[in-house]
Amino acid sequence: MTELAKHEPTTIYIKPSKGLAALNLRDLWIYRELVFFMVWRDVKVKYKQTLLGMAWAVIQPVMTMLVFTFVFDRVAKLSTDGIQYEVFSFTALLPWGLFVTALNQGSRSLVAHNNMVTKIYFPRLILPMSSVFAGLVDFAIAFVILIALMFYYQVTPAWHLLWTLPLFLLLAIVTALGVALWLSAINVKYRDVNHALPFVTQFWLFATPVAYSFSTLSENLQIALSLNPMTGVVNGFRWALLGTGNGPDLALWISVIISVLIFISGLFYFRSMEKTFADTI
Amino acid sequence: MTIAISVKQLGKKYQIGAAETKFRYNMLRDVLVDTVYAPVRLAKALIGKSDRRSNKNFVWALKDISFDLEEGRVLGIVGRNGAGKSTLLKILSRVTEPTEGTVTVRGRVGSLLEVGTGFHPELTGRENIYMNGAILGMKRTEIDKKFDEMVEFSEVAQFIDTPVKRYSSGMYLRLAFAVAAHLEPEILVVDEVLAVGDAEFQRKCLGKMNDVAQQGRTVLFVSHNMSAILRLTQEALVLKKGQLIKRAPTPEAVDFYLASGQTESGERVWEADEIPDASAPFRPIRLQLKDRSGKVVDTVRSTEPVSAEWEYQLDAPVTGLRVGLYLNTMRGEYVFTAFDTDDAKQYEQFGTRPAGRYISCCQIPADFFNEGRYSLGVNASSFGVRRYFMDESALSFNVDISGAPGTQWPEVRQGPIRPRLDWKIEKID
Repeated sequence: MTELAKHEPTTIYIKPSKGLAALNLRDLWIYRELVFFMVWRDVKVKYKQTLLGMAWAVIQPVMTMLVFTFVFDRVAKLSTDGIQYEVFSFTALLPWGLFVTALNQGSRSLVAHNNMVTKIYFPRLILPMSSVFAGLVDFAIAFVILIALMFYYQVTPAWHLLWTLPLFLLLAIVTALGVALWLSAINVKYRDVNHALPFVTQFWLFATPVAYSFSTLSENLQIALSLNPMTGVVNGFRWALLGTGNGPDLALWISVIISVLIFISGLFYFRSMEKTFADTI
Repeated sequence: MTIAISVKQLGKKYQIGAAETKFRYNMLRDVLVDTVYAPVRLAKALIGKSDRRSNKNFVWALKDISFDLEEGRVLGIVGRNGAGKSTLLKILSRVTEPTEGTVTVRGRVGSLLEVGTGFHPELTGRENIYMNGAILGMKRTEIDKKFDEMVEFSEVAQFIDTPVKRYSSGMYLRLAFAVAAHLEPEILVVDEVLAVGDAEFQRKCLGKMNDVAQQGRTVLFVSHNMSAILRLTQEALVLKKGQLIKRAPTPEAVDFYLASGQTESGERVWEADEIPDASAPFRPIRLQLKDRSGKVVDTVRSTEPVSAEWEYQLDAPVTGLRVGLYLNTMRGEYVFTAFDTDDAKQYEQFGTRPAGRYISCCQIPADFFNEGRYSLGVNASSFGVRRYFMDESALSFNVDISGAPGTQWPEVRQGPIRPRLDWKIEKID
């Protein structure tokens, strides 16, 4: 009772939400600690009761890198702008791995937490958001391996790495979150997403210059691939870390614009569906 | 007096029926046709048009509800299943959005429904307290401050750093409840109908609700249990089919509710609009629970037999019909399922039932029920052919155990049945 008298309770207005006001970023700010807790929980629980634990964050990209090296370098002998194929592919596999994990976890996040969605109020955006952020921990661990690889193959990064790499990472996160927002909201009503996701990611992988070099493509193909925001991310990572490619050019800006469009449209689609999540999930 | 909750012209529309038309793959042909039409469905979904059929099937779970509630009052909400009670609470706790109207709520809304939401079995008790607290909207500093109190309340201090998957279900529930109970919302909503857990847990919920009310906070309480409503609330709303039909001091509201014949007092009558078209030619009329003297009762004595009578109409002859009952506890566990043609001879005799009015009646023996509340569901189907009608909770009733075995000890007996077993005690040495 004494506690109650101390502070004036906040007043909440509940009404059918419409238009821009529906974004409700204020509530997202109030619940910011929940994002932290959800990420923390995901990271803590992810490798519980596994023999290898956190090592999986390393094994997954390293194994993919070895397979790619065998198929695309030793067998197909693709051109890699003069970089050792191991480093060349691993540099791209890092942001790609982050993207795929974010996509998988993010698009399932609402359905996976349906008991939260049907019982309590909180900004639903938190669920796909925290799934995407949780992938950053794996990314950081695998990044250490990349640094080791770069030392081993004596690749010296340029100084622009320091300020551009975080920006490309941000681009990867914005893209992943944008797609996750769309897919998670659709998944609430149509579980088709679960079935489509495996081959969508596979298709997407080959539409992104992860295994091959962007510079070997024809100009038309380059423009077409830039419509895929992950192209901008992968090229950016290679430019920042390995010094290949052109750095910020038209292709990159196309990727950035597409990524932002996906993100903003995803945000609004998510919010417009949010009011019926609890009813349809 | 300040107004804690102000509800104006609130309405909530649900779409129904969409799910039913989706998965009815009886034959390979259906699967193939369904596959061929998949691109058409996808195209329709993308442009925001769903099935024609489902578009028309709307139901207003709530319509035109308006009321104000002053701070510090305890308000009861009564009404039959489907009257909109739970929908109202869901809107107030912002789980779902209204279709129309507004609600103004002064302060944080908590409900004991959220108990244990977000608990992860791999996390320790300590970690889950923080996780669950954050989900319920507590700040970390707030959780820090109340942490010791919560641990003490939960009585699991010794295991606080053990993953909760190693907890017994009782410990798990106590810990979950401890967090929810320390949320200290300005407004507490309690939906007893949905509250799961054992009798002990439900008692704890009601106790907590009482404490909250004593502290001068606002409480909304939904229950089917009229004595709890009478005991705990001062005022009550009566909802019927999504509409607010009465607001009055509790004794008056309960009288009104009981007298208006929409109570589940040992009888369930189906009105025309409650029977889906798909159930034809089967038409349920009424289900009654009768005691030894043939009186309709809503409280059954455990020491006496009780009979369940289901009256229904067949508008056309039906072959292979079986009409039966499910008995459930309020926690949703099945106690039994039985049909009127379970007996092979009976099944032969009633292979085809001609059109007409029927009563299928059975007797549940004495010394069967344990203490508490049960629900009776009904089902009419032809095995492997069709299900005509089903209602998983057609009526619910209480059991009075006075005189039942073991009542000399005032304790809660586990399990849904309380048989009188033939014990023998022998001294063998």
